This record gives sequence, structure tokens and C-alpha cells, in this order.
Amino acid sequence: MANDTGNRIGGISAMSNLILNTAFVILSLLCFLPVLLVIIVSFTDGQSILTQGYSFFPNKWSFIAYESIFKDFQTILSGYRVSLTITILGTALSVLLMALYAYPISRADYPFRNAFTFFLFFTMLFNGGMVSRYLIYTQVLDIKDSYMALILPMLIVPFNVIIMRTFFQTTIHPAVIESARIDGAGELRIFLRIVLPLSLPVLATMALFSTIGYWNDWFNALLYISSENKYPLQYLMMRVLNDVQYLRNNVELAAQNPTMMKNLPNESLQMAMAVIGMGPILIAYPFFQKYFVKGLTVGAVKG
Amino acid sequence: MTRATGFTRFIHAMWKYKALTLMMLPAVLVLLAHSYLPMFGIFIAFKNVNYIDGIWGSPWVGIDNFKFLFSSGDMWRIVRNTLLYSLTFMIMNLVLSVSIAVAINEIRRRFLAKAYQSFIILPHFLSMVVVSYLVYAFLQPDHGFINATVLKAFGHDPVFWYSEKGYWPYILVFVNAWKHAGFGAVIYIAAIAGIDPEYYEAALIDGASKWKQITNITIPFIRPVIIIMTILSMGSIFSSDFGLFFQVPMNSGALYPVTDTVDTYVYRALMQLNDIGMSSATALVQSVVGFIMVIATNSMVRKIDPEQALF
Repeated sequence: MANDTGNRIGGISAMSNLILNTAFVILSLLCFLPVLLVIIVSFTDGQSILTQGYSFFPNKWSFIAYESIFKDFQTILSGYRVSLTITILGTALSVLLMALYAYPISRADYPFRNAFTFFLFFTMLFNGGMVSRYLIYTQVLDIKDSYMALILPMLIVPFNVIIMRTFFQTTIHPAVIESARIDGAGELRIFLRIVLPLSLPVLATMALFSTIGYWNDWFNALLYISSENKYPLQYLMMRVLNDVQYLRNNVELAAQNPTMMKNLPNESLQMAMAVIGMGPILIAYPFFQKYFVKGLTVGAVKG
Repeated sequence: MTRATGFTRFIHAMWKYKALTLMMLPAVLVLLAHSYLPMFGIFIAFKNVNYIDGIWGSPWVGIDNFKFLFSSGDMWRIVRNTLLYSLTFMIMNLVLSVSIAVAINEIRRRFLAKAYQSFIILPHFLSMVVVSYLVYAFLQPDHGFINATVLKAFGHDPVFWYSEKGYWPYILVFVNAWKHAGFGAVIYIAAIAGIDPEYYEAALIDGASKWKQITNITIPFIRPVIIIMTILSMGSIFSSDFGLFFQVPMNSGALYPVTDTVDTYVYRALMQLNDIGMSSATALVQSVVGFIMVIATNSMVRKIDPEQALF
């Protein structure tokens, strides 16, 4: 991000400024309104949907979709639990392993630097493809239907390791490491006590990337997960969108009130599910988005 | 160690740096399991795999899987779709991201620029499943916003979006741009922020117009970033965003002619048709093409400007 004065001398004319701002307001609305529509539909009464369709200004509001979903909050809760578990475990492991790999290849005096860099880089160039990965996961590693199958695919992101390596190279001066060694610190100690504390910006960025990656992942669940108590939230949402019946059956068992079920429109249910899935991101977004931009700047300028 | 042979020197280096090497071990194991083992799995494409004999015991069939794939007629369709979409997305995203970045940098008030930025990267944080819900809210045939509000206002009959294939190329290009352009712009904004203001001052003194400044200073400076991004996206030119092509059109059969790409095809062949041979043959073609594309793009870049090449 440019500093507060901008790196421009001689601004644009008032007219073009107005045009630019108008364009950006439209762009911003374009990015935000779809999200708003889904939220509004999830609070819309079934009768209003039938008469006026999905609208930004519904005639009648209603909480019925949420009431019925929370009647059976076991499913949702389980989805949240799985998503949180793999996100926390995955992110912690991922950042640690990537840093442990990036640090040695950032050291100019490490003799196997090039070999290990190539070992990493080659995976960006060539991969075995989805099918052989699927067969390896299910038949060789035997991790079908386990949390491991959701965590392993995103543990090491080669491009991110390279960004980390570049960061270590540019911010940690060899002299610092040298003097620590003279003081008698071992390699692991240097890494934990000196390198990591100096690299918080890049670690935070990677943690953020990783968190978003794990939280939003549903494809690996589609491939490997078969038991319902291991469905992550996003995959649950996917099931609900493709198959409302799936949710209805779950809710139906919970709902004691048949009249409520009758005037509960599927669409409100689906959209409520989407809102529940988006919730954490939308709530956390205002807090972490500025760090995200900062982190990206770290990666892009230094990487 | 005056007469140390290469081997003893290697052992010596190994010993001296054993701590660093051990640090890398966990990630090496992950890379082996997740990336290298599947590479050896490509021989599956040359077998007729069945679950009774297992992967190892199934009979070899040479290139029959590929023959079948190319003769089925599906190949042409999925290759065409994948390549056309990938290229369109690449060009669209590049042009949009760079334009947004340059434009946002011209906004006079910094707090406004920051606010716009927050809005336009929001889509990047939403998963494709959520995006498919957003699209559904607009395109749902009975109550969707477009049919129930927009088309109604114009007195137009409702359109059954999920079975009309003509619209989908545009919808998919739009959704992809909507999701990625803002995020791409942030990367270029960061690169533009790193340009020394002195260049612009000098240009102003020489009386260069805004447009001239953009084309002669800004664009040349962010060119390295553009090139790296392009090389990297070239590698995935033969793969597609599974979520976008599978989840957003709701896996609707009527739309396959325009939404079926290599990835969705491989997935369906594997999961729904249980055709391991054909799906792995397709996946192998995909990997090889991606590999060739990266190498080719990189060597092209190296010919033009060795400094900019990735390797």
C-alpha cells in the first residue's frame, strides 16, 4: 500500500477523481451485494419468496430457517468442530514444517541448498495428477475418511515455502547467526530463538493463507470423507445446496412441529446454511483483512 | 583434509550440517507422500486397474486408456473448454488486476483507497461453495433475483439459467474475475507502492501526462511481477478451478458442453463412472501438458530477458 500521501506528485483532476471514485464504489458494491442478498434471503419469510422472489427488500422477515436449523444444531456443530480442528491443526503444522524447510535453504552456507530447493521446486512443475494421488491416499497411505486426508494435501505449499525462504534471506543477516553460533547456540536454538521471532510478518501471512485454505476446503472432503461426523462445514454446505432433502431429513427428525415444516421454504434453509458457513469469515474479515494486505505486500515486494 | 575425496567431503558436510538437514525431514516426508509417490503412480494410466487385483496386480494395457480417451470424442470438448477458459481467465484477470491497481493508486484519499481495497478482496476469502450459493441466489429459476426482479421489471420471461448453456461461458468468466481480480490487484498495488516517487517527479518536470507516466513508469516497473504471475499461471493452463466448473453450475448435465473441463471430467470418470484407467490417463496428459507449458513459457521469457526468468 502506498504511504498516506501516495507516491504521486500531481494528482488527477477533480473530474477524473469523481469518475474513478464512482467506478470503485460500483466495484465495491458488486463485491458485497451478492453476499448481502444471501443474508437477506435467509431472513425472508417463505410467503414473500413465493410472491416476490429473492429480493433485497422483502415484504416480510422471518427467523424460521434459523430456528429449524438450530433445532438440529448437532449437524452444524459437528461441521464447525471438524472445520476448526483441521484448520487449527493444519495451520500450525503447515507453518512450522514450511519454516523448518525454508530456513536451511535460505542459508548460503548450507551445502545441500540447491538439491533441496530443486526437490521442492520440482513438485510445482510436475504432479502425478488427481487419480494417482487419490489411489496413493486411499490404498498406499490408507488415510481415507480420516482428518489426515484433509490436512496432508495443504501442508506444504511450494510457492509459499519459496516466499518464506526469500524473506529469511533478505531479513536475517548471516552475521547474526554467526555471532549466535560463537556464543555456543545450536542450530535448532538459533532457529527458534532468533530466526522465528525476526520473521513474524511472514509467519503471520502464511498462517493467514493456510487458515483460509483449510477453512474453505471442501474438495478433499468430497474425495476422501465418507462418514458424516467428519464432514467439514464447507462440505456440509455443498451437500445442502445440491441436496436440500439431506438437510430436511435431519431437520425433520428434530422438528416436532409439522406445520412449521410445511411453510419452511427450502431456499431459506439453503441460504441460512450459507450464512452459517460464511459467518466466521465475515465476522473475522474486518479484523484480519488489513494484516492480509500487509502480509501480501511482504510477499510481493520481497518475493 | 588436504586429500579429501568428494565422498569424504560429502560425509563431512552431512555431519557438520546434520541439524539443518534433520529440520527438513518432516517436510521432506510430506513432499514424498503427497507429491512424489503420486508421480510414481502415473503408471496406473497404462493399466486396467480393478479393485480385485489391486493397483499392482492389475493387467498392463499399454496405451489403450489413451486410445479410448481420444476416440471417445470427450477429449476434444474438455481440452477446448479447459484451454479457452484458462486463457480467457488469465488475460481477464491480468488486465483487470493491473487496471484496478493503477486506478486505486490514483485515488486521492488514502482512506477511500483502503476501503475499496477491503471490499474488492472480500470475494477471495469466500470458498467456491459459498460463491455457488451467491450465484444461485441470482440465477435460481423460480425466485432468483435476476428472474424474479430484473427480468420481471423488463417484462421479460424467466430464463432457466441452469439448463441454458449459451450463457455459461460469460457467467463463468464473470464469476472468476469477480473472485480473483481484487486479490490479484493487491499484489500489483504492493509492487506499485515500491516504486520510487522520484521517477514520477522527474516525469512531471518533463511534462509527462498521467497516461504517459503509467505506460512509461508504472507498467515497466511492475513487469517482473506480471511475468512471474504469468509463468506460474501457465503451469495450470491445463487445469481448471474444480469448484468453479463443478459446483457453481451445480454439476448440471445440460451445461456439460460448456462447463466440462479436464478436472471435472477426471473427477466424474473416477467417482461416478469408476473408470480409473481413463481418468488417470487424462490426469497424466494434464500433468505433462502443464509441465511442458511452464518450461516453454520460462524459456521464452529467458530468451527475451534472462533476468526475469523463474529458473
